[in-house]
Amino acid sequence: MSVEVASLEKNTKVSVKQPDSPWRAALRRFTRNRLALMGLIILIFMFLICFIGPLFSPYVLNDYDLEVKNLAPNAAHWLGTDKLGRDILLRMMLAGRISLTVGLIATGISVVIGATLGALAGYYRKGVDTFIMRTADIFMSLPGLPILIILGAILSDLKVDASDRIYFLMLIIGVLGWTGLARLVRGQILTLREMEFMQATDALGLRDRRKIFRHLMPNVIPIIIVSATLGVAGAILYESALSYLGIGVVPPIPSWGNMISAANNMIDFRKRPWLWIPPGLCILITVTAINLIGDGLRDALDPKMKNR
Amino acid sequence: MSEALVQVENLKKYFPITGGVFQRTIGNVKAVDGISFQINRGESFGLVGESGCGKSTIGRTLLRLNDKTDGKVLFNGRDIHALPKEKMRELRPKMQIVFQDPFSSLNPRIKVGEAIGEALLDHNLCDRKHLKDRVIETMQICGLASYHYDRFPHEFSGGQRQRIGIARALIMNPEFIVADEPVSALDVSIQAQIINLLSDLQREKQLTYLFISHDLSVVEHLCNRVGVMYLGSMVEMASKKELFSNPLHPYTKALMSAIPIPDPTIKRDRVVLQGDIPSPANPPSGCKFHTRCPIASERCKQEAPAYRDVGNQHFVACHFA
Repeated sequence: MSVEVASLEKNTKVSVKQPDSPWRAALRRFTRNRLALMGLIILIFMFLICFIGPLFSPYVLNDYDLEVKNLAPNAAHWLGTDKLGRDILLRMMLAGRISLTVGLIATGISVVIGATLGALAGYYRKGVDTFIMRTADIFMSLPGLPILIILGAILSDLKVDASDRIYFLMLIIGVLGWTGLARLVRGQILTLREMEFMQATDALGLRDRRKIFRHLMPNVIPIIIVSATLGVAGAILYESALSYLGIGVVPPIPSWGNMISAANNMIDFRKRPWLWIPPGLCILITVTAINLIGDGLRDALDPKMKNR
Repeated sequence: MSEALVQVENLKKYFPITGGVFQRTIGNVKAVDGISFQINRGESFGLVGESGCGKSTIGRTLLRLNDKTDGKVLFNGRDIHALPKEKMRELRPKMQIVFQDPFSSLNPRIKVGEAIGEALLDHNLCDRKHLKDRVIETMQICGLASYHYDRFPHEFSGGQRQRIGIARALIMNPEFIVADEPVSALDVSIQAQIINLLSDLQREKQLTYLFISHDLSVVEHLCNRVGVMYLGSMVEMASKKELFSNPLHPYTKALMSAIPIPDPTIKRDRVVLQGDIPSPANPPSGCKFHTRCPIASERCKQEAPAYRDVGNQHFVACHFA
């Protein structure tokens, strides 16, 4: 904690000296937000555990050992073992890799699609706008979870390989999630394009590509960042839900969702809580941390939003 | 001297007022209502008038930043509103604009160097290798230092930002610059610097200006010819000397008498206009100025005065001139 305080002081000192650029001011507002900072630390911690932790584990993935099945947490297996004798701690860390990666990449896909389509709709208006936004309306009116379940079932039916399945899953979650951001970006671009500096780009005769991606996009990056952060949390939840239902990430590849589904009978649920509590806690903590960061970023990047 | 660079013929720009459930057009704001003039190569033409009379709209329509409603704008003999989009884009470097508000006319997230130089890239006027040198050279001409290249607009004062705006227009090597009240957002001491910069640049680069202003003393300093606008129409146009020594239109006379003289001992007759400028959506009948004119007669309410040459290239639209 003392390290944190020191770095805070250092930060405020620096910002007094230098002129307040929009980014630096935002950073200062963010570091003042205790909850968001806590969220950030927890998330970094989570990443470290998931990506570096397995290197220190004495066990390897899919190391079945039926002699040690269903052990309660003990000195050798800190979080116990499952019904096939696999170490829960190791599986949880590896599952975290999958869940976090799926969340990040799925969000990346929806941000790229949403931001680009939103910008095009806002910039060109008229027919382009109508087409893109009506398409977005259609996507928004599809009920999310049932569609994901159907697509997941189709993947199962096509007998897609378990490791390829992860990529399809990222794509599906990403493609279904672009509409909210597209709306936000379009709205912002509609206001921005009427600003005088955009008239200046007209007078200079810049190409549309430069106008959209160099002049308009940088001005909507704050809302993209906020929306993407909160989107990651949503994508992780969707992935967990699907994996729990057995149509997202499928065994033998672990994910937090399908680890919880291991406890899908009353005996495991009541007698062996070490099967489902650790991955469940991981989802809860990660999603909460990301949401805290997202809220902090929103307050930091868009101060006007705070006192709504 | 008399070769026309920009010719404006009966230009009209109406902004529709929409209303009702179906957004039908229920009226028009006649921002520019049938204006003709020409700007000769190498001269600076001043356009004055009070707020809302359509000065800025003219400037923007001249550069096709707005679409026109009717009439023609000829630039070097070509009707720019008839050009296809891509041809128009290619013509852009020749005609530039300096905006009124130096705070809103620069993108807050783009570094100054890039803001000045980027258009050269899009028009293939300069390769990436020489871009920075060229930008810095132009920045120095406009009174900026080379270390300003990597800074963001928010790190500059209003006067410096206006210099950035001028550099951004100047680097394209334009023939024609619309200066849309370039100094009205600045302090008086900075105004003088910017005006001197503009007039130095004109001398060195043989630029042609359309100088839009509501400040007659600025126009007197910088312009060769001056047009006076009222409610979307030109009421008087003459050479600077002619206009300032012999104003014929009562509106021009009123404007002249409002120029402050920095000497409290001089007493003069102020012509103070009563009332506000009428709505351009519903302009008065006859002469548009008759509602506020000190010498209006019955005839002015009925009949719009012709815009005519009273000799010596002095145009005026008044029954009594």
